[in-house]
Amino acid sequence: MSEAVTAKNYLNHESTIKSWLLTVDHKRIGVMYLISIIVFFTIGSFAAALFRLELMTPDANILQHETYNKLFTMHGVVMIFFFLVPSVPAVLGNFLLPLMLGTKDVAFPRLNLASWYLFMTGGMLALGAVILGGIDTGWTFYTPYSSTYANGNVIMAAFGVFVTGFSSILTGLNFVVTIHKMRAPGLNWFKLPLFVWAQYATSIIMVLGTPVIAITMVLIILERGLGIGIFNPALGGDPVLFQHLFWFYSHPAVYIMILPGFGVISEVIACFSRKRIFGYEFIALSSLAIAFIGFFVWGHHLFVSSQSIYAGMIFSILSFTVGIPTAIKIFNWVATLYGGSIKMTTPMIYALGFIGLFLVGGLTGLYLATLAIDVHLHDTYFVVAHFHYVMVGGMVFAWLCGLHFWWPKMFGVMYNEAAAKVAAITIFIGFNLTFFPQFILGYMGMPRRYHTYPEEWQVLHVLSTAGATVLAFGFTVFFITMFVSLFGKKDAGRNPWQATGLEWTHADSPPDPHNFLEDPKVTIRYAYDYEDESLYAEEGKEG
Amino acid sequence: MNFGFPSFPEAASEYAKQVDWLYAYLNIVTTFFTVGIIIAIIIFSIVFARKSEEDRPKGIHGSVPLEIFWSVIPFLLCLVMFVWGTDLHFQNSKAPADSMEFLVTGKQWMWKVQHPNGKREINDLHVPAGTPVKLTMTSEDVIHSYYIPSMRIKRDTVPGRYTEIWFEAIEPGTHHILCTEFCGTEHSRMIGTLTVMAPADYQEWAGSGAMGDITVASKDDSGPMLSVVEQGKAVFTETGCAVCHIGGGPAQLGPSLEGVFGTEEELIDGTKVLVDEDYIRESILNPAAKIVKGYQPVMPPYVGQIPEEKMMQLIAYIKSLAEESTANEGEI
Repeated sequence: MSEAVTAKNYLNHESTIKSWLLTVDHKRIGVMYLISIIVFFTIGSFAAALFRLELMTPDANILQHETYNKLFTMHGVVMIFFFLVPSVPAVLGNFLLPLMLGTKDVAFPRLNLASWYLFMTGGMLALGAVILGGIDTGWTFYTPYSSTYANGNVIMAAFGVFVTGFSSILTGLNFVVTIHKMRAPGLNWFKLPLFVWAQYATSIIMVLGTPVIAITMVLIILERGLGIGIFNPALGGDPVLFQHLFWFYSHPAVYIMILPGFGVISEVIACFSRKRIFGYEFIALSSLAIAFIGFFVWGHHLFVSSQSIYAGMIFSILSFTVGIPTAIKIFNWVATLYGGSIKMTTPMIYALGFIGLFLVGGLTGLYLATLAIDVHLHDTYFVVAHFHYVMVGGMVFAWLCGLHFWWPKMFGVMYNEAAAKVAAITIFIGFNLTFFPQFILGYMGMPRRYHTYPEEWQVLHVLSTAGATVLAFGFTVFFITMFVSLFGKKDAGRNPWQATGLEWTHADSPPDPHNFLEDPKVTIRYAYDYEDESLYAEEGKEG
Repeated sequence: MNFGFPSFPEAASEYAKQVDWLYAYLNIVTTFFTVGIIIAIIIFSIVFARKSEEDRPKGIHGSVPLEIFWSVIPFLLCLVMFVWGTDLHFQNSKAPADSMEFLVTGKQWMWKVQHPNGKREINDLHVPAGTPVKLTMTSEDVIHSYYIPSMRIKRDTVPGRYTEIWFEAIEPGTHHILCTEFCGTEHSRMIGTLTVMAPADYQEWAGSGAMGDITVASKDDSGPMLSVVEQGKAVFTETGCAVCHIGGGPAQLGPSLEGVFGTEEELIDGTKVLVDEDYIRESILNPAAKIVKGYQPVMPPYVGQIPEEKMMQLIAYIKSLAEESTANEGEI
């Protein structure tokens, strides 16, 4: 690489604000998503910190009921729709997909920019609803509470979710077309990185599922704004219909929120075991299986809703079925470690942490698929804990893992490994301390969304709040470490981890505005060919 | 209250104990896999730690027999959970025929309860031990959910329809009643205490005093205590239902309600419908929705005219008409 070429990259070739706001470069759009979702993540975290503090005592101390309800609603809406859903697909997916496929950009770059604007518009509407008085429906917007009884700006927030939905749909569409049509010569389906497979499965859910939540939000707006009876029985509607529509999207949506994470973990485990992934085809196809079966399990959210017990039985067995492809992934990752050359870098710590936490999150899902057990646990802290083990222990860990792994590629800099490891381990400990007690609370019967609670449960709540404090400290260390690294020397090198994948072997760090100086041709025998000596020779040449 | 380190809720019914056995099975299976996999990760991380940057481990493509092995074994273990959990749930889904029936109405933010003998209470529930207790529930406004953790039962109360749960407490004691479906500002205050009493104590408690000390009680409550069925009969008479629905003469405008509950009615379009609580409710509020074969849609809708609690009493009375007629048949 000549000096002149490495000096010019996607970050510095233009630097005006306008050049960012009007960019159609997938990498810049990825970075814009990154900044946006960090802002949303911070807002959602502060809401959580506030109500977690309140929950240290059984009585209401620092918040009123109304405020408490608005805070957990804000936490849920912001974290799910504006952080988790876009976290890996919109940030890492946007940044990496064209690089991994060996192409210049996604199939529809302008549409990609439009997606970001839709996302921000939706986000501003939702935040606007919060600033102008808040909403207290919970992120689930259950009717007829949300459509008739709730106070606050339900219409505005629902419209925000509606608009953001289009961002998801268009991003999904963009990715599906890109993966189908723009792979580099020689890069056939079974040579694709598993990250791409995971994005593909996710994108399909986004395209097929998101319209349903969008329509559902419109129905809420119609009932609340115009009094058209859809969900409220007093107007001739059916309140449980809403739950069917909502979960028809929102259960697959939790796969939107976790599948991309699986993709990240596959990349990182292979790289730091320096070994091709065990059972590639099974991991790849299990993503599609999860995406498919995931559409038929929504009824497990309705076991106590007055749904027929026979429907409950069908949804129960289907919910167990979706666990199997997930188990396959975990076993294959662990099998990949066997006989590898394992290096405990920060991304690897996050990846192994992910497996442990996601294991707990996934296995506790079995409790909720079991009819007689779910009746007891439904809407208790057990569900809260299960959900956070999957979403934070799973997806947030995967997001952190991916950020640490591709950080040198994105910004050309390396962070301080020691500080990053301290953050990783602190987050892991804090997370477990926060959420493990909530499983116990759940089986005791502690309902979710309770501002006050019977005093015998206080000890477990105090433990949980203590854990949240540790967690907050871990995240602070993480943010500082990453932020400081940006001002360091841009000397990460093209392939600091000696990883396979076109983004490492064929693109600079940070990449050129057009990704590759010449179009890559793929000659690898299979994905993750870590036995290929040229991988190591390349890095040797640069160093 | 016990301020030690709580870890497990009391199991106050046989059913609750059975749920706990299933829970134990799940705990064993999931702990085995969690611990096993974490140990494998730790061992592999140590044994296969990178010794030199020159390490080039040999890749393994995969193994179909292994994939089958670790798909089938977990699936079989899950199948046990499925069968066991479903069986338990099905067994518990229908209350025994000899249950005492209590009426529960959820409302922001309280539970209104009526005992079979007509006594009322709010939030709290007093029941006799050793007797199956069935709660027939609905809501006046949003969806709530009636939850008794120590019985391991929970059911949403849905406006516009009836749901039921039942339990049989083993011995006297007190337990939490909680609302578990978020229902607005004072959701976490929608709680009460279940008091299980010795049957004799319950008889004394329920038979004593007026119909209850609650503010929402209607004017009937000042008089002598009337049972739910008797109150339902009063509603039936006041509303004028008897004119068309009792008697069975040829001039009668509506189908007779005697003996009809629990049977199937044929509608004008030929379909059959089970006469249950939800069907009767709908036929009162919106009679035109389902017309019984042989009748004209002449009944006016009663939407907004009968409060939820009176509706439940009315239905209890119509149900009692069916019980009477089967009893009579038995005598003949």
